[in-house]
Amino acid sequence: MSSIVANFDLVKGKLAKVKGRKIEAPEFKTPFVKRPTGRSLDSFMGWRRENGRVGVRNHVLLLPLDDLSNAACEAVANNIKGTLAIPHAYGRLQFGEDLEVHFRTLIGTGSNPNVAAVVVIGIEDGWTKRVVDGIARTGKPVVGFGIEGHGDIATIAKASYVAKEFVQWATELQRVKCGIEELWVSTKCGESDTTTGLSSCPTVGNMYDKWIPRGVYGVFGETSEITGAEHLCKARAATPEVGERWYKMWKAYQDDVIEAHKTDDLSDSQPTKGNIAGGLTTIEEKALGNLEKIGRECKFIDILEPAQAPARGPGLYYMDTSSAAAECVTLMAAGGYVVHTFPTGQGNVIGNPIVPVIKITGNPKTMRTMPEHIDVDVSGILRRDLTIPQAGDALIENIVRTANGRLTAAEALGHREFSMTKLYRSA
Amino acid sequence: MSKPHLLVHEKKDTVGVVVVEGLKAGTDMLGVVTHDNSDFRLTAKMDIPIGHKVALKAIKKGDTIWKYGQDIGKAIADIGQGEHLHVHNVKTKRW
Repeated sequence: MSSIVANFDLVKGKLAKVKGRKIEAPEFKTPFVKRPTGRSLDSFMGWRRENGRVGVRNHVLLLPLDDLSNAACEAVANNIKGTLAIPHAYGRLQFGEDLEVHFRTLIGTGSNPNVAAVVVIGIEDGWTKRVVDGIARTGKPVVGFGIEGHGDIATIAKASYVAKEFVQWATELQRVKCGIEELWVSTKCGESDTTTGLSSCPTVGNMYDKWIPRGVYGVFGETSEITGAEHLCKARAATPEVGERWYKMWKAYQDDVIEAHKTDDLSDSQPTKGNIAGGLTTIEEKALGNLEKIGRECKFIDILEPAQAPARGPGLYYMDTSSAAAECVTLMAAGGYVVHTFPTGQGNVIGNPIVPVIKITGNPKTMRTMPEHIDVDVSGILRRDLTIPQAGDALIENIVRTANGRLTAAEALGHREFSMTKLYRSA
Repeated sequence: MSKPHLLVHEKKDTVGVVVVEGLKAGTDMLGVVTHDNSDFRLTAKMDIPIGHKVALKAIKKGDTIWKYGQDIGKAIADIGQGEHLHVHNVKTKRW
């Protein structure tokens, strides 16, 4: 399949005089950034929200309280352009800690600084109000509607009027100059293989080693995938007290989840089939590669519950999450992180509705077979023509460009995986 | 430096990772230890896919496998130097 292109160099990704040049589909490559372009990497243009936090996107969200309200939210999104509905599967008859995680995730998602304003729709008023009140604490515009007693059509009509007002208000908000220390950057890897531990994970680690001392907030998690490296992870806690709390959390997961529910050994789930195809043999090997994401110097200062916002100031945090990509990124976004860095080996395609997910790979085969999913190519590390510090600089440059507004591959491809974590069966 | 076929994390490791596509048995591989950039040669005894591991020395059944300078599991069969090392001959000690 060939076509004619004018005025844009598709290989370099910029305006150029290439009038009438024929291009073939396989010529589409992610341009590899060898070194920063000289542009300032100390600041970016973001939206400062009412509570002082800075966002890099400006979404007007249509947030369903529960599965029953997805249809109304999607109908409003269809009516009002520039809004974003994020349907999900849960929200009825949950209780206890599981219900707390549900509310924390919804309120945290609406409160994220990448969100300008929120319309919440729930089946009834009580829990809807709880989500509205939680988001309202940020000072941003939020309104809630309960469907019962009104029906979908009247609810959609009322919510559409409000959503239109919110979009017109939000689209006039201007980006302002912000220091990179105002960025909150999360990480989680996926479809890992042996190349992630050699290249893309240490690239993220190098970024954290450079940026955490400057006041950036970081977070990592994936409790099941620390197994095999738990002694090393515990040693990366900032204090022995934090290390002990971390180990207790990890051990509780082993006892309450793995031991309680396993039907055989976990060899079919950890490592995953994709991991094994990529050459990873054991959970220990996977965990050691995974932990490369926190670099050489960083220490984590606190442990967060799923979707909990950090409260001990700038630094690296650990969040107790699943290792499933969409669940983990959803929880970190609900914790308030605004950009996600995602190393992949075999080619995970995940995105998130409110947070740009930056993909990094060092696997040359993945770069060859699915380059449209990759934002930062660090395969030069395996050829020994790119060092880890150079790769870290390339990632930093990509994060700043993304914060300034460049869409990630996942955003451009429409990946909006919003996956709620469920701790146990509903009542 | 020329392009390596094989990368090893630490000196202590007993395995390396193939980092080129289509590696054939009999290839005289250039290996590099990333920790100190030292290099060595090793002959591949099998065709090994990119990302998969090679035994750097003869390994006996029951031996611990070392990667990142850490214990990543145990051999469940004897593995010859230069042979493919994966789920068929190595298992976790965890589950």
